[in-house]
Amino acid sequence: MSLVERQDMMNEDSVVWTGGMGTASDYLALLKPRVMSLVIFTAFVGLMLAPGTLHPVLAGVAILCIAVGAGASGALNMWYDADIDEVMSRTKKRPIPAGKVTREEAFTFGMTLSIGSVLLLGLMVNWFAGAFLAFTIFFYVVIYTMWLKRSTPQNIVIGGAAGAFPPMVGWASVTGSVSLESFILFLIIFMWTPPHFWALALFKSSDYRAAGVPMLPVVAGETNTRHQILLYSVFLAPIGVAPYFLGFASPVYGVASALLGLAFVALAVDVWRKREGDVARTATVRLFKFSIFYLFMLFALLLGESLVAGVLA
Amino acid sequence: MAEEEEKGIKLTDEQLKSRRSRSVAIGWALAFLVGLIFLVTYVKLGPGVMNRPL
Repeated sequence: MSLVERQDMMNEDSVVWTGGMGTASDYLALLKPRVMSLVIFTAFVGLMLAPGTLHPVLAGVAILCIAVGAGASGALNMWYDADIDEVMSRTKKRPIPAGKVTREEAFTFGMTLSIGSVLLLGLMVNWFAGAFLAFTIFFYVVIYTMWLKRSTPQNIVIGGAAGAFPPMVGWASVTGSVSLESFILFLIIFMWTPPHFWALALFKSSDYRAAGVPMLPVVAGETNTRHQILLYSVFLAPIGVAPYFLGFASPVYGVASALLGLAFVALAVDVWRKREGDVARTATVRLFKFSIFYLFMLFALLLGESLVAGVLA
Repeated sequence: MAEEEEKGIKLTDEQLKSRRSRSVAIGWALAFLVGLIFLVTYVKLGPGVMNRPL
């Protein structure tokens, strides 16, 4: 709807405009600050683990650009998904469905920040990282939000790549390239995303059903979703230990990540076994919460080891 | 003058308040960018950036 269509003619001289209601904090909410915090953290770990050095100011610029790029993707996601967000209880208080920000405003805001963050990263850090950030934004907005999300139950499997790119962009900010190590960081988040989101989808499936989003529990059923969660968890556990086997993490990380992986699989088995009633819901919520802790711990351990190695060197 | 003010889009009090909030945020963001560009120029080109023959 254009601005002109939104105007209600009061009289021939004055016009009331329904836009322009958003405060600075509404625009901040468009950036999905909670998702952004995870992106900042994982990108920072990628940047710290990368071989070579980057001036602290430029490292700060890189993290800022990656964070703003991620936030811009969030704003563009809210622009496109405003109709779905209005229906789901988890999202109906977002700025667009709440009537604080119009879709046009969110689009303009998202595009401005997208272009700005990519140019800034390219000009100030390096163009490979800038191009990688542009690709990440494109992947999240066009491939995931506009194409996959509404068309396939495998939406978050492929779309999860967008959330897994930030540590690679952080790494690329230092080295100007990608490597097997940064790809492993990507793979950990990539394999983690499906069990994490499907656990959420299991206890929020009515929301997704109402919105017509083909999440796996809605399309393939809850039993199938439980099989898939278990399958991905079994694949995830060894990938979580891979940094140790590839030699860029210590035995301490190796043991800790193995134990965390085992706990993840155990909780996935629990979700697989308990399929009815409150016990099933409790098991699902427990897996969802543990999945966040799991990812945080893996990256925190890698970061901690890199900081300790930096002090000892 | 008073008649001219009646023409065009009239913002409500709430819209005016929101606009002020946005304007302040944009102001801070621009000031931050100016500082950042100065700092990065200094980091990338060093303190001798201004020290060159005309």
